[in-house]
Amino acid sequence: MHSMFKASIAALATTAVMAGSAIAGGHDDKLTGDLRIFLDTSNPAPRATMEEMIARFQEMHPDLNIETTVIDREAYKTQIRNFLTANPPDVATWYAANRMRPYVEAGLFEDISDLWAEPAIAENLASTKGALTIDGKQWGVPYTYYQWGVYYREDIFNELGLTEPTTWEEEKANCQVILDSGRKCYTIGSKFLWTAGGWFDYLNMRTNGFDFHMALANGEIAWTDDRVKQTFANWRELIDMGAFIDNHQSYSWQEALPFMINGDATAYLMGNFAVAHMREAGLTDDQIDFYQFVEITPGLEKAEDAPTDTFHIPSQAENKEAAREFLRFVVSAEQQTIINNGENLGQLPVNASSSIDQDEFLEQGFEMLSSNSPGGIAQFFDRDAPAEMASVAMEGFQEFMVIPDNLEDILQRLEAARQSIY
Amino acid sequence: METPAVPQSAYQPVQRSWFQRNQLKLAPWLFLLPGILFFLIYVIWPIAQSFYISLYDWNGLGDIHEQGTYVGVQNYVELAGDRNFEISLWNNLKWLVLYLLAIPAGLFIALFLNQNVVGIRIYKSLFFFPFVISQVVVGLVFQWFYLPSNGLLDSMLGLVGLGPLNVLGDPDLATYGIIVAGLWPQTAYCMILYLTGLNAVDPEQVEAARLDGAKGTRMLWYVILPQLKPATFIAFVVTIIGALRSFDLISIMTNGGPFGSTRVLSFYVWEKSLSERGFQYGYASAIAVVLFLIMLVFIAYFLWSMYKEERAG
Repeated sequence: MHSMFKASIAALATTAVMAGSAIAGGHDDKLTGDLRIFLDTSNPAPRATMEEMIARFQEMHPDLNIETTVIDREAYKTQIRNFLTANPPDVATWYAANRMRPYVEAGLFEDISDLWAEPAIAENLASTKGALTIDGKQWGVPYTYYQWGVYYREDIFNELGLTEPTTWEEEKANCQVILDSGRKCYTIGSKFLWTAGGWFDYLNMRTNGFDFHMALANGEIAWTDDRVKQTFANWRELIDMGAFIDNHQSYSWQEALPFMINGDATAYLMGNFAVAHMREAGLTDDQIDFYQFVEITPGLEKAEDAPTDTFHIPSQAENKEAAREFLRFVVSAEQQTIINNGENLGQLPVNASSSIDQDEFLEQGFEMLSSNSPGGIAQFFDRDAPAEMASVAMEGFQEFMVIPDNLEDILQRLEAARQSIY
Repeated sequence: METPAVPQSAYQPVQRSWFQRNQLKLAPWLFLLPGILFFLIYVIWPIAQSFYISLYDWNGLGDIHEQGTYVGVQNYVELAGDRNFEISLWNNLKWLVLYLLAIPAGLFIALFLNQNVVGIRIYKSLFFFPFVISQVVVGLVFQWFYLPSNGLLDSMLGLVGLGPLNVLGDPDLATYGIIVAGLWPQTAYCMILYLTGLNAVDPEQVEAARLDGAKGTRMLWYVILPQLKPATFIAFVVTIIGALRSFDLISIMTNGGPFGSTRVLSFYVWEKSLSERGFQYGYASAIAVVLFLIMLVFIAYFLWSMYKEERAG
């Protein structure tokens, strides 16, 4: 559950649209046989959403025998290796970018570049194409994504007379006021490490820019580089102020939520999925609001994290034709509108022709990603960096947040890891 | 009618098959066969496999010969310089030493409970309870106990003006915190071993010792404890093995953190091979081999003591 968002990523960096070579989308042949679908959407709402969507697909193809298996989201991450080799379904959920690389390289995912060449997909899904491309080929389709940003307690901001900050100085000034009122600025639960990865993503992208951040994740820049140190220096300003809640290393991200809900902390750098939890806990939309992470280096183009969840066809699937049809169905504008609306997933649709639900956060998020993120759309840290580097680095981030004086040692370790991994 | 008597011309020995002739020798092997087969397939073979995989750089996906590359002892060389491996090794040592506290603690409780009062069975069951519940539950209970600011431990420390203390969030304390949690069920286990052992203590020897004026600790040390030797041996074996297998509690309570300070070898193996970001089967196998060699030292010692015992008996 904690990695609901550890999903994959949407690289909005638009890649060349491969128009032409249109294979007509509408296959009139009746689909028959079995279609086995494995899902990791085990939480109640996503599960229901998916099951309803599959039911609609079944209606269109009554001769198809669809068999759906829902696996616990955490367990899925380890089971996928087994079922992809031993007992592959026809369709499986997963995450984009580097997260799918091991399976692509082991030849376990089907190359579906042909689907991406079809105009319906090529034109409407261009924004996420990069995140699903490895070695110039596409290996899956996205079905949802969501923004990251600073979710804060609007009522506390009003009480203290604060406004949404846009610069680093304002951010820190706000934080000082919040601290003086006896609260913490940010809640975070770093027990499972990735939340610290989110902070690093934003601080590094704002300090050094998107291109630098991606180069670092790709192992092209030393962790001991002065620019990296600058990112940590900025981070340290907040840590030294006491901006983060104490003992965050003992909490999961959900366990850190009550601090914000009770008003002991005022903001949370998180993915949009946190909103549902805040509302459930009783916060109204008047009490929560959202702002884009502030500018740090003036003039630098802003870039955002926006993870994407995906569908793939295992290379050993038996009914690949039906599987392809199912993928076309999932990414269609109509289905995208339905499954991502507030009653279902409550996230952003990947199809450019679908509409976004009337929701304060979804609208702001979409606005931010489409017009206020000129630097690029990053994948989340553990998507951009290879698995091994991500685990070493995020452990380092957590250590830094607890014992900032260890920075030099941490960076040496990360640099040693970089040299052996890439 | 008379039947003519046919004389027996020669002595014909009873014909017995090869199996019948060797039945006594074969029978034990036949009974052992299923066990041996399972042992070979599920224990010996995986050990050999681990050795083999540890010589490869392989991410666990696809065929090892296609996807993996043979790297010789490279994984072991890398291990030697791996800080996390070193941390895990030290933590394993802490577990081994401190976990042994379960034996005297178990003995103490067993002695305490070895009396006849009303309801003693209930008290015994209550003390045994932590061993019956799942390690996961033990982990969760202690996690709540240690919870910073809301936990029972912090509240108690607060009463005497100490704290706050975040045991599981402190890299220097977290491992000890988990070991304490592990000692809870392990002590119960040792206790039950000693309780059964105490039933077998010869009352005549105790009587004789008493006549000779032995009591208190002298009685315990010279008369009771020697008779509890088999129980102590078993308690020692299960505690050592329990310490080396510690995994559930770490996974539940800290997930190896904060920043990897509570890892032990078995957890590190899992992290490197089967966890979310673990794609280093070869490396993990090398760690598993090292863990196996450490266990082998103890196993060899146990087997040797049992063999000696057998001889003496």
